Amino acid sequence: MDFKSSDTITGPRTEDHLPHTAQAAVKIVIVGGFGVGKTTMVGSVSEIRPLTTEETMTQAGVGVDDNYGSESKTATTVAMDFGRISITDQLVLYLFGTPGQERFWFLWNGLFEGALGAVVLIDTRRLEVSFDVIGRLEERGVPFVIAVNSFPDGPHYPIEDLRAALDLAPEIPIVECDARRRASSRDVLMTLMGFLHSLALTGSLT
Amino acid sequence: MLTGAAEDGDRAELDLVTLIVARSDAPQSATPEQATLLGLCIAPLSVAELSAYLNLPYSVVTVLLTELLTAELVQARAPIVRQALPDRSLLEAVMHGLQKL
Ligand SMILES: Nc1nc2c(ncn2[C@@H]2O[C@H](COP(=O)(O)OP(=O)(O)O)[C@@H](O)[C@H]2O)c(=O)[nH]1
Ligand SMILES: [Mg+2]
Repeated sequence: MDFKSSDTITGPRTEDHLPHTAQAAVKIVIVGGFGVGKTTMVGSVSEIRPLTTEETMTQAGVGVDDNYGSESKTATTVAMDFGRISITDQLVLYLFGTPGQERFWFLWNGLFEGALGAVVLIDTRRLEVSFDVIGRLEERGVPFVIAVNSFPDGPHYPIEDLRAALDLAPEIPIVECDARRRASSRDVLMTLMGFLHSLALTGSLT
Repeated sequence: MLTGAAEDGDRAELDLVTLIVARSDAPQSATPEQATLLGLCIAPLSVAELSAYLNLPYSVVTVLLTELLTAELVQARAPIVRQALPDRSLLEAVMHGLQKL
């Protein structure tokens, strides 16, 4: 892990600098299986080109090829794409596109614990990937909404059928979206904020 | 288990979205790593962005930042984290900001 000398490091462009008045940030997590459109959604609403933070996990028995009985340690590099939206001169929102496997979540301290909430992105061609994610978020008390990313070749289910298939409580919002479109992705985030706001009003956030 | 992580206790509580701001120019005594990091956060920058621009894992960046915090060369602005009862005015501010997108 070589540290690059400063002349090879490209920092933010001047127009990407946050104002000095920026006091605090909040974060929202976009979670879902591989290829479901997390990076696309982050990119469509972010004011900066999406960036990537990586973490290396060195652990016995975690790698993809550990079912050959090998005792060797496997190093897995886990990447997370993220973007940024300036809310006011004082407040900044960060969006993290996070892999669905819970075993990676601990790599980034407090990723879910501190997040305002989560968007679970769902691909109707692979609904089963989402069961586990939803269960983990419920266990951790992370409020979430469901966004169904519409792929042209994906089966189209009525929302209430999806709710039944995913075993979701009636109050959890389920919306359809096209992650490639800024307005559509923005509406998903608005749905999450509206849901959090309703929880704040009823005081029912667990 | 994590490569490059400092011993617990040595490590400041730095979230991915803690905002880091340089307090001064790099002193003569700064290492090249420290000088690069200080140069990046002349304007507020999150730990996640520092990790991305430096191309270093989050855990390594937090170790570098802990040194800089101890030396009082950077300031850390803590994030607003989820509360059991969410702050409605915060949520409203975020909604208002998103509406402008
Ligand atoms: N048709 C369609 N394609 C999408 C949509 N969102 C993402 N894609 C495509 O799906 C592929 C995977 O998306 P990506 O954002 O990389 O998924 P990630 O692995 O969850 O980050 C890319 O080729 C995208 O262009 C969508 O809403 N509609
Ligand atoms: Mg991705």
